Formats: sequence, C-alpha cells, structure tokens
Amino acid sequence: MSGSSRPASRSRQIIPPRISAFFSAHRSISIVVGMALATTLLPLVVLLPPFSTFSRQAVWIDGFSIAGVFVLLALGLNVVVGLAGLLDLGYAAFYAIGAYSYAYGASPFSGLHVPFWPMLLVGAFSAATFGLLLGAPTLRLRGDYLAIVTLGFGEIVPIVFLNADTYTNGTNGIGGVFKPELLGYTFPLIEPLPFYVTMAVIVTVTMIFLYRLQDSRLGRAWMAIREDELAANSNGINTVTTKLLAFALGASTAGLAGVFTAAKLTLVSPDQFLFTVSFTVLAMVVLGGMGNIWGVAVGAFVLYTIQSVLLKQLNQFFTETQVPILKDIDFVQYQFLLYGLALVLMMLIRPEGLFPSRRRRQELHEAEFELAGDGDEAAEAPEAVQ
Amino acid sequence: MGNGRPVLAASAVTMQFGGLRAVNAVDLQIPHGAIISLIGPNGAGKTTLFNVIAGILEPTAGGVDLGGRRMIGPAKRAFLEPIVWVLPGVIVAALGVSVGQASGSAPIVAGAILVAMAILIATLLSAIIRPAWYQDLLTRLGVFRSARPSDMVQSGIGRTFQNIRLFQNMSASENVLVGMHTKLSSTPLDAFLSTPRQRAEEAAARVRASELLQLVGLRGRDDEIARNLPYGDQRRLEVARALGSNPALLLLDEPTAGMNPHETGEMMQLIGRLRRDLGLAILLIEHDMRVVMGISDRITVLDHGERIAEGTPEEVRANPRVIEAYLGSPAQ
Repeated sequence: MSGSSRPASRSRQIIPPRISAFFSAHRSISIVVGMALATTLLPLVVLLPPFSTFSRQAVWIDGFSIAGVFVLLALGLNVVVGLAGLLDLGYAAFYAIGAYSYAYGASPFSGLHVPFWPMLLVGAFSAATFGLLLGAPTLRLRGDYLAIVTLGFGEIVPIVFLNADTYTNGTNGIGGVFKPELLGYTFPLIEPLPFYVTMAVIVTVTMIFLYRLQDSRLGRAWMAIREDELAANSNGINTVTTKLLAFALGASTAGLAGVFTAAKLTLVSPDQFLFTVSFTVLAMVVLGGMGNIWGVAVGAFVLYTIQSVLLKQLNQFFTETQVPILKDIDFVQYQFLLYGLALVLMMLIRPEGLFPSRRRRQELHEAEFELAGDGDEAAEAPEAVQ
Repeated sequence: MGNGRPVLAASAVTMQFGGLRAVNAVDLQIPHGAIISLIGPNGAGKTTLFNVIAGILEPTAGGVDLGGRRMIGPAKRAFLEPIVWVLPGVIVAALGVSVGQASGSAPIVAGAILVAMAILIATLLSAIIRPAWYQDLLTRLGVFRSARPSDMVQSGIGRTFQNIRLFQNMSASENVLVGMHTKLSSTPLDAFLSTPRQRAEEAAARVRASELLQLVGLRGRDDEIARNLPYGDQRRLEVARALGSNPALLLLDEPTAGMNPHETGEMMQLIGRLRRDLGLAILLIEHDMRVVMGISDRITVLDHGERIAEGTPEEVRANPRVIEAYLGSPAQ
C-alpha cells in the first residue's frame, strides 16, 4: 500500500502496519472505541492483583483522573514542541491560567458561580489568548532563545498570581472552588468516578480534534515549519500566524486541564504551577514520542502512573523487606532524579521516545536509514553541490 | 511571448550588507512566458538577487514590481506604523481619564485604561499578523513594507533552492501539498469539524498533487519519503512543490546542479514543458552553458553585483565583456 518498501531497520513498529492502516482510515471512531475500552477496563484491571494490593480501587481511579490531566497537558505541549517544533519550557503557565480562571469564576472568594462546563471553554480560551500573547514576541527567536523566553514566561505567571492578592488570594490560593454540576447532580467530594469519566470524555474529544488538525493544511504547515522554516516561508506558509496558532492551540488544552484540576482539587495555589510541572510534561512528551499523538498520551499516562504508584510501592517494598540501604531512601522524593536518568538513558538508546511517529524515528536514525540502501545517492550528492 | 507589461520588473535593485555591495543597481525584466537565465561567476550576486525577488531580503534601494504592482523595496514611512499601534489606545485612555476625572468616577478611569490596554494588545497582534484590512490601512497612509516570502508566493512566485530544501521527512505528496498551501482555503475550524468542504478540498488537493508529481516525472512516487529519493528526483520534487501554488513566475536556482547529461536533458525538457503547457515565465540561475544557451529566450549576465550584459544567447555569447568575465575561451 505504501510506496516506500524500505524496511524499518532496527526499530520495530509496535503496531502491525495493516492494523495501523485501518485506524488511520477510521480515526475518530477508533479513538472513541479505544478510549471507551480503556476507560471501562482500567477500573476493572485494578481490582486484580497485584494492583489491588497497591491501593483501593477508588484511589486508583482518582490517580487515573490526575493522569488524565497530564495526558491533556502532554497532548497540548506535543502540538507546540512535537508538531511545530517550538521549544516551550514554560507550559505550566497556561495550566495556571486555566485553573485560576475557573477558581476565580466559581468560588466563595470572588462570589461568582459560573458553571463548570462553559468554564471549560472559557479556560481554554483564556489560555489560548495568553498563548498568543506569549508567542508573539518569540516569533523571530530560534531554538535556545525561544526556550529561554518561554521559560521566563513560565516563571512570571505563578509569581503574578502569587502577588495579585486581590484577585488570586496570594500564597493561600483560592479555596472552596465549586464542584461541577450536571443536571442538578453535584459531583461529590470523595467519589472519584464522575471526574474520571469527565476526564476520559475530555481526552477523547481533544485527541479527535488534534488528529484532525494534524492531517489538515495547518498540521502540514506546522510540520513544514519544523522541518525547514525558510522553505516553509518560501512556499507560502505565513509562519507568523502558523506559529501563533501552535502556541494558542497548544495552550488551550492546558487551559482545559487547569479548569478540571481546579474543580477536582477545589483549591488552586501558585506552587502547583512551578517549573517542575513544565519539566514533567516536557519529559512526558519527549519520552512518550514527540509528534505522535497517541504515543504522547500513552507515554504521559504510563509515566504518571509509574511516578505516583510505582515509586510509593518501591518505598513500601524496600521498607517491608528491610533491604539495607534502599529502605531508607524515599523514592517519591527522588522522582526528578529518576526522570533525569530516564531522559538520559532514552536519549542514548531510543531518542525518538517510546512510541515515536514514523517521521521522528527517521529523523533520529538518519545514519541507519541512509546506509540501508539506495539512499546513498541522497546522502552523497547534496554534499557535492556544497 | 510577452504581452505588454512584464510579469516581473526589477529596477535598480541594490543590496548592501554593511560594506559589501552584493547587488548594484541591477535591472531585470521578465515578460510573460519567457525563460530568462541569470548567469555570472560565483559571487556575482545571482542568488542574492533571487533572494530579493523572492522576498527574503529587503533591498537597500530600488524595487521589484510584480504584475505592475510594487511588492518589494525599502520601507517607506515606516515610522507611521508604531504611531498607528499606539494612537487608538492612547486616545481611549485619554478620553476615559478626562471623562472620569470630570465626573469624579474612579471606575470609569480604570475601565478606560483596561480598554486602552486591550486595544493596544489587539493592534499589536494585528501588526504581527498583518491581515488584509491592516495592510490596506497602511497603504492608505502611504506606508510601504517590503513583501515577505509568503506574500510573494501568494502573488504568484514559486521558488526552488540551490541546496535542495525539501521537507525531508515528509512524503513527496505532502511536500507538494505544502506547496499548495496558499491555494487551499480550509481553516483550522473546518479541520476541527471535518466539514464535507474540507474533506472534499483535501481529496481534490491530493489528486492535484499527484498530477503535479506526474508532470515532473515522479508518477506514482507520492508516498515516498523525500529524503529517500535519488538526487535528481529530489530536484524534480522541489519543482513540483514550487508549482503547487500555481505561480506565474518560477525561480529556479541551479536546477541542474550535480546532474549527469541525461538528467540535465530531462530537466531542460521539463522547463520547456512548463513554459509551453502552463504558460509559466521562468527565471533560472545556471552554470551549465548548454542549458543556458539551449533554452533561454534572453540572458542577463552579472559580475561583481553589476549587470554587464543582457540579450539573446547569441548576443551574450559574442559580448567581449562577458567572455572576459566569465565564459573564458569560446566554443563550448
């Protein structure tokens, strides 16, 4: 079916080609079906050992909701970093903007009570607006300089929220945020299931939209800019508006995640949105497979689950078995050390991430692909033309 | 060949980089459907002139007209632009403050300042995005800004590069689809909603991309990744991509560099076909004299940034200045 008969050299594809072809053709339906399956199976799987020994089902489901938040964040950052190739190190700022939008719009602090569901859109929209505002000054910057500016913005936003006492209640944060209501039913405080299902729906809808964008004129424009910005410009792509759209759309999912988080935790404070969050999400995107939408989603989910569940289990295990040195180490504290190690290892062994897109694998394993056959001409000739 | 007004007219284009004058008052005219070659020794300023015409560089002096309309040149009255950005916000703020002070109402003052800031942000964003109404406003005020490369493509110029600049990790078809960017009209919203219009446009676009690939001799290679194509095919793909925007003028920068005689002959035939079947005007930078003498209607010769000769191949071949500067001993 595909024109290229080149074998995938050393990196095997995780999904067999025929199945992935089917999914491509009926994408939206596959996503809905896949997510529905995952959403129903996950709470059941955790009833089985060994998962049942780690925590109760309710705690697991709660954890899945938070994992979903990170999936949304990773999906959005993937648009900016993976699709458009713009290194954004301050992504948590948009997350904060979404969260504070809802917290301000629906809490005793401000006295307003805007319903949750429209606020999802409002939060996404405000985050998108700030995405535009952040993106605007960065348009001429490349690589490292873009990263530094975005890093700066990521620092500025939480500090602004910290200091704007009248609107954000400063260090105490805004508490008592109202829970979502659906047709008269208010989401209970303790019961995790409604939030879990809500997040599953949000993730499904977001993924469908992102896939549609990726395969559209805009998605191609993003990829072109990532490949070669000058060539993109010289083929009619308005790199200014295209990059701004990447920032805006990428930020909007963070806005969604923020609104959800504020409603779930009923408390927002500036220290929830520090650089560590930006870094974690970036690590998830890189490790999961930059540019591949479902790869990033699965990667984020897996990483968050490992981080929140496995590390605690390691602690417990080593404490119970009384292993000499390890029992005194609190692995949860060392999660960033482990992230760092994982990133280093991945860059050495499999830089394209766990579930890379075909392109990314090719980009990063250039040498292998070119040596594998009649790519020789392509490899040699451009050098000859200087 | 020509029909009155030329497709492109460059007048007295000068490009100065600090102390180096790379292009010095060069005139160049390209009639409709003509094939013009731009030749000269290395460092003569050919690619610089190309980059000016394509919108990548803003010339120090002179200008380029496309279809009779001045598209490229040094900025005029650029100082007016910042005034346009700031003025609406300042007026609103001033009004609000004075009204507020007069009526002694603090909320009006605060509100006016907020609105002024919002207006300022909106105008700055417009300045960055430059929608059509903003550009019209600037034109009315007499402000001129040199066109960007994407604007030139919109106005009918397609371009290939000396060192191939394909989107290496995208397929041949996708490369051409990017070339067609300006001719597709679905918005991100259409993509979001997967409207029938968007799906129809995408399907038609893929068919057209296939046709363009076929035209340049890459039939059936739609799904091959660009970096895997042999060198000659990559050059052809670049041409197909440039054709995607239905240009009136094609700028080809050394299209036969690195090709053997057979491939060179094929490229010459392709260029001839593009002129004959699509009515394109073509401006070539070329070093291969067989190509230059073989297909050009007229030749412009540059040396050290200046135009030293212009005319038909026979005239140029016999011109002593050209021979001295570039061609060396005759008979090639």
